[in-house]
Amino acid sequence: MFQGSSPFSDYVDATFLTIVGVSLLVLLGLLIAMVYFVIRYSRKRNPHPTNIEGNVPLEITWTVIPLALFMGMFYLGWEGYRQMSTIPEGAIPVNATARMWQWTFEYPNGVTTDTLYVPYAAPVKISIRSLDVNHSLYIPAFRIKKDAIPNRVNTMWFKTPRIASYDVACAEYCGLQHSYMYTKVVSMDSTAFERWYQAASARQSKTYEPILLSKN
Amino acid sequence: MAIASAVPVSVEPDFYHTKTKYKGILGWIFTTDHKRIGILYLVTMLVFFFTAATLGVLMRLEMLTPGRTFVDAQTYNTFFTLHGIMMIFLFIIPGLPAVFGNFLMPIMIGAKDVFFPRLNLLSWWLFLFGGIFALVSVFLPGGAADTGWTFYVPYSVRTSTNVIPALSAAFILGFSSILTGLNFITTIHRMRAPGMTWFRMPLFVWSLYSTAWIQVLATPIIGITLLLIAIERWFGVGIFDPTLGGDPVLYQHLFWIYSHPAVYIMILPGLGVVSEILPVFARRTIFGYKFIAFSSLAIAFVGSLVWAHHMFTVGMSNTGMFVFSFLTFLVSIPSAIKVFNWIATLYKGSIEISAPLLFILSFIIQFCIGGFTGLILGTLAINIHVQDTYFVVGHFHYVMFGGTGFGLFAALHYWYPKMFGKMYKQAPAYISWFLATVGFNLLYFPMFVLGYEGMPRRYYDYLPEFQTVHQIATVGSWILYAGIVVMFVNLVVSLWRGEKATANPWGGETLEWKVPSPPPLENFDEIPVVTTGPYDYSKYEKAAQEVK
Repeated sequence: MFQGSSPFSDYVDATFLTIVGVSLLVLLGLLIAMVYFVIRYSRKRNPHPTNIEGNVPLEITWTVIPLALFMGMFYLGWEGYRQMSTIPEGAIPVNATARMWQWTFEYPNGVTTDTLYVPYAAPVKISIRSLDVNHSLYIPAFRIKKDAIPNRVNTMWFKTPRIASYDVACAEYCGLQHSYMYTKVVSMDSTAFERWYQAASARQSKTYEPILLSKN
Repeated sequence: MAIASAVPVSVEPDFYHTKTKYKGILGWIFTTDHKRIGILYLVTMLVFFFTAATLGVLMRLEMLTPGRTFVDAQTYNTFFTLHGIMMIFLFIIPGLPAVFGNFLMPIMIGAKDVFFPRLNLLSWWLFLFGGIFALVSVFLPGGAADTGWTFYVPYSVRTSTNVIPALSAAFILGFSSILTGLNFITTIHRMRAPGMTWFRMPLFVWSLYSTAWIQVLATPIIGITLLLIAIERWFGVGIFDPTLGGDPVLYQHLFWIYSHPAVYIMILPGLGVVSEILPVFARRTIFGYKFIAFSSLAIAFVGSLVWAHHMFTVGMSNTGMFVFSFLTFLVSIPSAIKVFNWIATLYKGSIEISAPLLFILSFIIQFCIGGFTGLILGTLAINIHVQDTYFVVGHFHYVMFGGTGFGLFAALHYWYPKMFGKMYKQAPAYISWFLATVGFNLLYFPMFVLGYEGMPRRYYDYLPEFQTVHQIATVGSWILYAGIVVMFVNLVVSLWRGEKATANPWGGETLEWKVPSPPPLENFDEIPVVTTGPYDYSKYEKAAQEVK
């Protein structure tokens, strides 16, 4: 469940576990208090109730403490999102186009493919479009998704943490084959990637220019 | 609630046996008695609930194995669409206000009926017509809608299924909701008995009041949105459809500007039921009455400003993301305040375990889990990952079903003797509570795991690694369904076999327990004069002091 990949997944998982941890503590506290009160103040043990109308300091306490906790959570979420939405300069630009029920990826020189090949550890910027209905480009292992909406261009970015392949899903309902709109992100070392890119360019009669040249 | 005059022993027959203008079925469908209208809603709504719940169980059955289990993808897509439309528009939005609000609210504030009794009847007729439209859309050629209950454009424009009848259903149901809201606001303002000040109103009435404002203010937006769709289709004006130059995201905004407040239409009355039932079985006053009352209003107000948190992945500006996430966290505060006050209400009470209380205890814990997962969803960085996955499905079922649904079960068991004048059997009620709670959690908790692992929602098929968790959830759906069946068999059989209920079987202090079960046609022989708050159990405390 927490395999740790992409610049965001560690952050997202850590934030998730933090909130789950805090929540579990509070939930357990509430559950224990509830069960304890129900047993301790059962009609048999406590036949004569005490009418307590309320307690303002207590009300303030349990307003202010959750507020502080929630603001902390809000900040963690915002900080993480800011990183997700700040696309590093020099990221490799790839266009992703969705249609029922398929993804097409287009590289700077016009090479297209239905699997997303990327060089290992290099930042990749995906510009997401749709030709028909709403879709959503979702890479669970990287903890990122962005909707593909007709007449709009949305962007997201990532870099791959390992040389491996990862599932890509469609997360916005798009009809009959929605659940089959899977493809892969394949992360390759830089030489293998350039070799693939060169061969694909030749196959599709596009001019090959090394993508990673500027970085080497 | 202490009443100046002695508890009246009514000589009038109960409302079931009062002579009406029409006889038989006509006496029901043309009635203007708020109690009969409440029962009409209850019956209609339960039919929709069982249909939608059965669809839910069938969906879970299809999820038992990857690939085809017993239906094809198109059928599955119509299943989740119908399940959503029926549960939301025909069950949970009208749910507590239309049934229990209608039946009880006028009695609780010491009124003979709602302010506009005939408008009330019209609301039910609109509800019925809306429901019929929804059913017709299933059987017309073209097939049932397959868009999901959100009708997202452009898919809803492109699909060949019967989207327009389904949208018309939502449009008509919206009017039913607006009119009920209007009626309740007016009734609560104008019809309170002498001495029934705002802060002597039962908290269920406060929650209905907050809900009614949302119904009146937010529901017209869905009506306008559906009209815009009609204008777009008939006159080719590009509003939402990208092929005409429209913007699909605008549709999502308008949809959620209504549908998010609608979420609070669904949950607020449930929260009111908890505040109503807890003091009765704890035999002490509610802790923090004003905080609970005002938190309902705060939820209604802030809840109207958080809609775009359903849309964090559409490509909003960072400012938008910041603001909507921030407001989402703010709206959790009043909910948290309610929970703390409820738990504190149990402190130093004299608690009697009963079927309604058990459903309420399940409600509180499940509502908390729904709330905590809501915090996770409100956290931007995590939302991006779990948006549109089973995590969201788990979250809203915890709030809507684990909360409102269980609140409705509690309300049914609590007010059943008042509404029908009979008492149900206790053992089956306890069994149904146990099955429903176990089944519910077994069904929906695994969805959090599925969602975080990356299982998107509205998927007919799934990757093999998700199968075990899906199967656990499916088993849960069987247990839950069994619990619901036991519950309703018990409640229905008790209509005939149950013992006669007394006027006040639980020892409640609110006004509905001061009238006979079932109440007479105009509720009170004489309009009561109210002198104390709604949960005044000080007599038990005084009794204790006298013993000492």
